[in-house]
Amino acid sequence: MSKSIASKPMPRRFHQARWDEPLIFELSQPGQRGVLPPAVDPGILAEVGNPAAALPDGLRRDQPPALPELSQVHVVRHYARLAQENLGADLNIDIGQGTCTMKHNPKVNDQLANSPKAVDVHPLQDDATMQGILEIHYRLQEILKEISGLDAVSLHPGAGSMAIYANVAMIRAYHEARGEGEQRDEVITTIFSHPSNGAAARTAGYKIITLYPDEDGYPDLDALKAAVSERTAALMITNPEDTGIFNPRIAEFVRVVHEAGGLCAYDQANANGILGITRAREAGFDLCHFNLHKTFGAPHGSGGPGAGASCVTAALEPFLPAPTVAYDGKRYFLDHDRPQSIGKVHPFFGVTPAILRSYAWIMNLGAAGLREVSEIAVLNNNYLLQKVLDIPGVSAPYARGKRRIEQVRYSWEELTRETGVHTEEIGYRMADFGAHYWTSHHPFVVPEPMTLEPTESYSRADLDEYVAMLRQIAEEAYADPEIIKTAPHNSTIHRVDPDWFDDPEQWAITWRAYRRKHLGNGE
Amino acid sequence: MTNKPFIHPLIPNSVPEVKAAMLREVGAESVEDLYAAIPADLRLQDPLNLPPPQRSEYELVRHVEAILNKNVTARERLSFLGAGCYQHHVPAVCDEINSRSEFLTAYAGEPYEDHGRFQALWEYTAMMGELLNMDVVNVPTYDGFQAAATSLRMACRITGRDKVLISAAIGCDKLSRIQDYLKPNIAIELIPSDPESGQMNLEALAKALSADIAAVYFENPAYLGFLELQGQTIADMAHEAGAIAVTAVDPISLGVLAPPADYGADIVCGDIQPLGMHLHAGGGMGGFIATHDDETFVMEYPSRLFGVAPTSVPGEYGFGDVAYDRTSFAHREQGKEWVGTAAALWGITAGVYLALMGPQGMVEMGEGIMARTAYAMDRIGAMPGVKLPFVDAPHFQEFVVDFSASGKRVDEINRHLSDRGIFGGKDLSTEFPHLGQSMLLCITEVHSQADIDFLADALQEVLK
Repeated sequence: MSKSIASKPMPRRFHQARWDEPLIFELSQPGQRGVLPPAVDPGILAEVGNPAAALPDGLRRDQPPALPELSQVHVVRHYARLAQENLGADLNIDIGQGTCTMKHNPKVNDQLANSPKAVDVHPLQDDATMQGILEIHYRLQEILKEISGLDAVSLHPGAGSMAIYANVAMIRAYHEARGEGEQRDEVITTIFSHPSNGAAARTAGYKIITLYPDEDGYPDLDALKAAVSERTAALMITNPEDTGIFNPRIAEFVRVVHEAGGLCAYDQANANGILGITRAREAGFDLCHFNLHKTFGAPHGSGGPGAGASCVTAALEPFLPAPTVAYDGKRYFLDHDRPQSIGKVHPFFGVTPAILRSYAWIMNLGAAGLREVSEIAVLNNNYLLQKVLDIPGVSAPYARGKRRIEQVRYSWEELTRETGVHTEEIGYRMADFGAHYWTSHHPFVVPEPMTLEPTESYSRADLDEYVAMLRQIAEEAYADPEIIKTAPHNSTIHRVDPDWFDDPEQWAITWRAYRRKHLGNGE
Repeated sequence: MTNKPFIHPLIPNSVPEVKAAMLREVGAESVEDLYAAIPADLRLQDPLNLPPPQRSEYELVRHVEAILNKNVTARERLSFLGAGCYQHHVPAVCDEINSRSEFLTAYAGEPYEDHGRFQALWEYTAMMGELLNMDVVNVPTYDGFQAAATSLRMACRITGRDKVLISAAIGCDKLSRIQDYLKPNIAIELIPSDPESGQMNLEALAKALSADIAAVYFENPAYLGFLELQGQTIADMAHEAGAIAVTAVDPISLGVLAPPADYGADIVCGDIQPLGMHLHAGGGMGGFIATHDDETFVMEYPSRLFGVAPTSVPGEYGFGDVAYDRTSFAHREQGKEWVGTAAALWGITAGVYLALMGPQGMVEMGEGIMARTAYAMDRIGAMPGVKLPFVDAPHFQEFVVDFSASGKRVDEINRHLSDRGIFGGKDLSTEFPHLGQSMLLCITEVHSQADIDFLADALQEVLK
């Protein structure tokens, strides 16, 4: 009898693709072509010649741009190699990017979004010729009205932070319309709300007041009461916060701000655990926003395109970005007659490929499915919490003994103290196991943070595998921290020397800059 | 048919036995226990009232396709719509690469496990740098509107001034976006352009320029298709007054048009949709902002900027964030504006596009578009009842046709064109009332002589 094949070790023995791929400029071979533009018809040439040659000096380009010259196969091979040197959510148990709701993006939705009937529609076509696109937008608006409980929805925003900005712009317009625009110049947020709440509000001209948590990790109600005044324009707050803690006094927060005459905007970037469970409406909010590429299954595209949805009550509806997508019972149309609108936040009316995928994702699940998504996301998270807390050196600050919603912000403070290994370095080592790991947004209020969000897409075995990776790294930290200090070992590249990035003499944001600064052969 | 529990393909742990075992492990009786933190009065009592689901993949496809089939696309018809979203041929390789799941499904990965996206995005900015003759280009922001609005705010921060001058030839939607974005503390004055040539009125510019002007903004090609010939003069005048020249450009034109940096622009911005993105009903936009490698400018970008760097192994390229401390990721509201998910995949795609086209492809693309546009202007401009308002200026890709003298309205003309299978140009009659019954026609490399002749013949019939 032959021996069986030994069972797999846990964590797995991973090695990422390492093509040692040059920069595309280094692959250039003079004269090679990747694709040919259509030739100009002889009849046109006969009539007009080459008008580009007749451009006046100063407006005519004298040298062709110094782009690389590659045959098609070499372009494909280069980018295929770079793709292999990128994990993406399909390849890894992508729970290490908390707050970002990494979930499976169904392939069928990609097919639908890429169908010629979707990609070849021009946004300025007559409404009659894009009834399908408008219907998808309208239907998704109706669905998000129900999911948020609010009265009107705009799908214009290019992603979540732009939706936050659109909400701030509407808040500003609302107060201005009531003659309180100048007086109300403060926006209140919390430190565990996404940084864009403060940043977008500041961009829109507001002073920012940031509330820190009380000792249990909850947004501090007394601090809120002290902060509100006749100058309060709005509270912009994420709930559950990036700690995964649901603020049980959220309705009280809203009441306090409303009594001061301010509006309340609910950042629903972390809505994946509360779909069909609790809504902006019940908590009294005036606005909220969703990230379609997070909660509703559209892919993240290496950092966009995503899509944001701004949802508002009837009182704020007049201020929505224009045009709105409307339906008169017979036909869908773009309503440009919006005199109080904040105007445009995006060139046309939304990121249709993401909107289409999210519509399909929701339609595949339905109300019961969405609730199951949330329940399993929360179950996964609490299961993971229990397993992670068994790992030496890690803790989950705040709300001790309480359940979390869809994610947890952990702390490696103890491990760092005992081993000198920092959370960033744990991330570098995680790459050796084929996993993505992120720390948290700055500032690190939770010391040595790690934010894990195990959405509904992951099985128990996936969670156990991720925990096994973290455990091994923690054990290495205590036994032989050098392994981590020199990681990654099995990744595409080795540890990057960061010195150039903050040095104006050395940073090289383009090939031109690199040539000039480091090869000494620029202009 | 038995009444089995529903196990969803998207939710592995919806298998009841697994769910029960996991609940046991966490010491919960039911999922309800896990929601104990949410007060009862905030709990939704009834299920969400949503349309019935299309649970099988087949039903879902059928449902969505039935809706999408109500569209008539710009490729099923002959389309001359542009105005910020352009119908170009998208090379198959662009779709192939941006459909690769390693890129499509990734997010904000780190420079190690997601090295590929860092290199691809750095190469995108590097190729844009060659196209623009500038050393610094951002990881894409949302779109060209945002890029313009941010460029102007950057100019204000750099100069410490709070007023900008914008060419009145800008499109209304973009101006609306800029106005909203600059509203808190920046004033805008529009500089008129010559009604015959479209060129910026330099006397008005000279009058408006003062010590409180942060930037002068114009577009080349202009929104209405003509080229601004006075770029160098405008930039010189701006610089003379201590202001920054901000120029928006269509990157597809830069095989033949001089990059704005060559005539003095300090900040150059625009949209990358033309570089390999489909129309997507306007959902394929991505913004770029470019500057010279001047620390004062670099430190005012809100966007991520990727840099190349050595690693611990000789011959390896590493990548990372340049001057990360500028961003709202690092310092929340103390950062520059804000940064978030925007349009990275379109940036990767635009890089693929530029690599495929190469220098020669971009030259041929520009020449081909200009030739086709000139031909269309000749044919249409020769018709009675038609006037081309800016005909004396060179044009790139788009031009205005004024039908006022024909006595016909643009919407009426477009209806007739539609009957003949043509999507006519954008109706400008409300956006630019002083241009009368005008439309903005867009000609790209996708239009053959026969296509342009078909449009011209149809217009001739409609105008009879």
